Amino acid sequence: MQPTDIESPGYFHKVVDCQWACPAHTPVPEYIRLIAQERYTEAYMLNWDSNVFPGILGRTCDRPCEPACRRVRTEEKPVAICRLKRVAADNKGDIGAYMPRVPSQKNGKRIALIGAGPASLAVARDLLPLGYEVHLFEKDPYGGGMMRSQIPAFRLPVEVLDEEVDQILNMGVVCHFGQEITSMKDMLDQDFDAYFVGTGAPRGRDLELPGRQEVDAHIHIGIDWLASVAFGHTDKIEGKVIVMGGGNTAMDCCRTSLRLGAESVTVVVRSAFEVMKASEWEKEDAMREGIPIINNRPPKEFVHENGKLKGVVFACVEPVEEDGRLKYVPSGEPDVFIEADHILMAIGQDNHCPWIERDVGIEFDKWDCPVLDEVSLQTTNPKVFFGGDSAFGPENIIWASAHAHQAAISIHLFCQGKDLHKNRPPEGVNLISTKMGVHEWAYDSEHDPSARRVVPLVEQETALNNVKVEVELGFDQTLGAEEAQRCLNCDVQTVFTESLCIECDACVDICPMDCISFVENAEEEVLRNTLMAPADNLEQDLYVSQDLPTKRVMVKDEDVCLHCGLCAERCPTNAWDMQRSVIHIPQLGSFAE
Amino acid sequence: MTFVAKPKTRHPHLPVNEIGLTRRDYEGAVSTLCAGCGHDSVSAAIVQACAELSLPPHRFAKVSGIGCSSKTPSYFLSKSHGFNSVHGRMPSVITGANLANKDLHCVGVSGDGDSASIGMGQFAHVVRRRINMLYVVDNNGTYGLTKGQFSATNDLGSTSKKGVPNLYAPIDLASIALQLGASFVARSFSGDKRQLVPLMKAALKHKGMAFIDVISPCVAFNNHQGSTKSYEYLRHHGQNVVNADYIGDHEEITADYAPGSVEDVTMPDGSTLRMYKLDSAYDPHDRVGALSYIQRKQQEGEVVTGLLYVDPDAADCHEILDTVEQPLNELTEQDLCPGNAALTAINASFR
Repeated sequence: MQPTDIESPGYFHKVVDCQWACPAHTPVPEYIRLIAQERYTEAYMLNWDSNVFPGILGRTCDRPCEPACRRVRTEEKPVAICRLKRVAADNKGDIGAYMPRVPSQKNGKRIALIGAGPASLAVARDLLPLGYEVHLFEKDPYGGGMMRSQIPAFRLPVEVLDEEVDQILNMGVVCHFGQEITSMKDMLDQDFDAYFVGTGAPRGRDLELPGRQEVDAHIHIGIDWLASVAFGHTDKIEGKVIVMGGGNTAMDCCRTSLRLGAESVTVVVRSAFEVMKASEWEKEDAMREGIPIINNRPPKEFVHENGKLKGVVFACVEPVEEDGRLKYVPSGEPDVFIEADHILMAIGQDNHCPWIERDVGIEFDKWDCPVLDEVSLQTTNPKVFFGGDSAFGPENIIWASAHAHQAAISIHLFCQGKDLHKNRPPEGVNLISTKMGVHEWAYDSEHDPSARRVVPLVEQETALNNVKVEVELGFDQTLGAEEAQRCLNCDVQTVFTESLCIECDACVDICPMDCISFVENAEEEVLRNTLMAPADNLEQDLYVSQDLPTKRVMVKDEDVCLHCGLCAERCPTNAWDMQRSVIHIPQLGSFAE
Repeated sequence: MTFVAKPKTRHPHLPVNEIGLTRRDYEGAVSTLCAGCGHDSVSAAIVQACAELSLPPHRFAKVSGIGCSSKTPSYFLSKSHGFNSVHGRMPSVITGANLANKDLHCVGVSGDGDSASIGMGQFAHVVRRRINMLYVVDNNGTYGLTKGQFSATNDLGSTSKKGVPNLYAPIDLASIALQLGASFVARSFSGDKRQLVPLMKAALKHKGMAFIDVISPCVAFNNHQGSTKSYEYLRHHGQNVVNADYIGDHEEITADYAPGSVEDVTMPDGSTLRMYKLDSAYDPHDRVGALSYIQRKQQEGEVVTGLLYVDPDAADCHEILDTVEQPLNELTEQDLCPGNAALTAINASFR
């Protein structure tokens, strides 16, 4: 293998599994260390910088970081990254002094953001400090978008949402709330310098089955129903409720129904439990509240009598694996009938832009999605950019933040007349030694083998009686500090300097995970099987040194390294050093002078 | 030394040996020796050899004397019996252990000071008595614990860290072991586990006195230019004559070697000791030839390493003494005090 180029920013970034998996590339280990030092405000701001909504995400994030966490591979359960984010948000002090300054002298460019959800808000935050005049258009009377309309208050209290939305609005956004945009042509006529569309995926899918039209009054589209609960138009649901669908919206629908007085709630899913789209913990939350989830039951027919819904007939199927994919075949059991007075339909949602005329230069593909440049998020109309769910279909808040950073860079480059690809600022990496003394490191290197802390919950009776009572109490400072110790500090990198190595084997002998080997160089497939322990996780890189005096190379399998620093402690010549990698993900702030 | 405890967490796919243990189960406490000390590599080699041989870790007696080397039994086989004895007296204690319970695997670890100076007499006699043991000398040519004086194995003319040359001729423990009748003699280098681990395995399986002189550089006091016991010196002047490989009786023996260069010796337990001769003129069964070869090379400034001598059929102490089959510590009072009739019979035999 060729020697590893550790100066390439991607190499060490990938070692920080959580940060690599996070769409917004939040520097997770760094903020966890700040929490351990009780520097909550700084931990919060580090998050705010990357993902814009730490308080909201600390409660609602889809957590792509957690399954990626190295602890899943070395022990079992990941660090409770999301809940630690909430610890930072819950305990932060005044952040006023840390907020970017917005110049009173504007730069003369006017930008229109359509839809006041997370994507547009994040674009606004990135653009305002550079002197842009930002206009935000929203049909609802409040900002927040789906974070307000689709996420129930028992998961995300309104105060937390308001605080983080207002932080951005108060930076000087010109708000045009409560007025729906019905024509892109009209918008374009207003001659803004650029447009950003962040209108989400607002159309909930429906299911055309026999009986559908006759019982229309008893069938509610999940996201619309959640919105009407959020805005106070709906405050009860009576009788028996069936929630159809297996995603997070379905979980929110069933738990909301339970709180609004439903006699019984059943979730029925067409697919198997394991492949449901809902996050693991959201399924667990629903089941903990006693809601049954019935799988492998595709609906066949709505049963009604005299215009009144009686229930739904479901077929019975079973999953069969074929060529690595799940296929569903009839299981042979008879159809089942489940009684229902109301049905909440949570079977997916689509982006939907009927208000964009098809002759304004914005091309749409055959799925009615805008044709976008994947890097710049620019449409075929150079002035118009997309982000969030409206760009590539439903994702989540953290993806909206990630899109927003890219779109903001694109808008800035566009307004400067620069190339949206060639002039994008590059990623970078800084390596800073953490060595403070012979055996002293600027991070807590000792490995903590303890198990993941369990988050305390509010008493179930209280929770189920009020749709606004937050279920999770979050970690307090003590639990947060304990959980923070579980982080392996994967951003403190093992950096090897060939010229200093005397090949004494001390690092090989001490490494608790058998990550380090000194072997003859070979092709990757061969090398992976000649190491101290097999390097069978192909997604994880091998760190290969230059040739050493004995013509061997040092090979380190990054897979299960605990970043305990023992290799560096045992190295007599400092050929190993523990260096903190700071990954620079370009943001519009990088342009600020 | 390291203050951070070595995490117990291990690689999830670490190979498991025949008795269900991984290499990590053969480790000891974290070493308090200097970072980069060769002795830690020797401990790691013992760990690896024992794990690969699937030996039960609790069936070992590990004994040492005094010195950096003699701290090391703490750092391997934490489940075994250990005895950290008086300076230079490891051979006496291990002799007792072996006589009392011949079923234990005996590993004695000593240093160049412990064996070539204060314990020279003990060393000579334990070899002479051919105790069934693995005798490892962590040989760094210096008194590390007392800050770097020359030891008795330091080569004539080799310099101290300050540049002062050594005025005395060295004691070569491997040569002395050969002279005094050890049935397995090897020399290796702590920085070459590929050579050291198979030697350790063969030595652990050898029945009789197995002596390994391991050049183990002292990173603090004897790893400089001018030293003949440094990592760099050994890499340039180490000359491997016979590579050993231990092949368990169930393992497949592959045959992809040049004719005449390989010799297989069947061990008492049915396993195979394979020897790869890197110098065709060298005969590892010729005690006298080995001695002169080592001395000639030494004059040329080369350090001969590898399996220097082996006699797989030599008798060990218990065979020489013709002791009973059962380990002595398992004999009951009935066996040991058979009563008046037996005593009378014995007395009668002397009349």
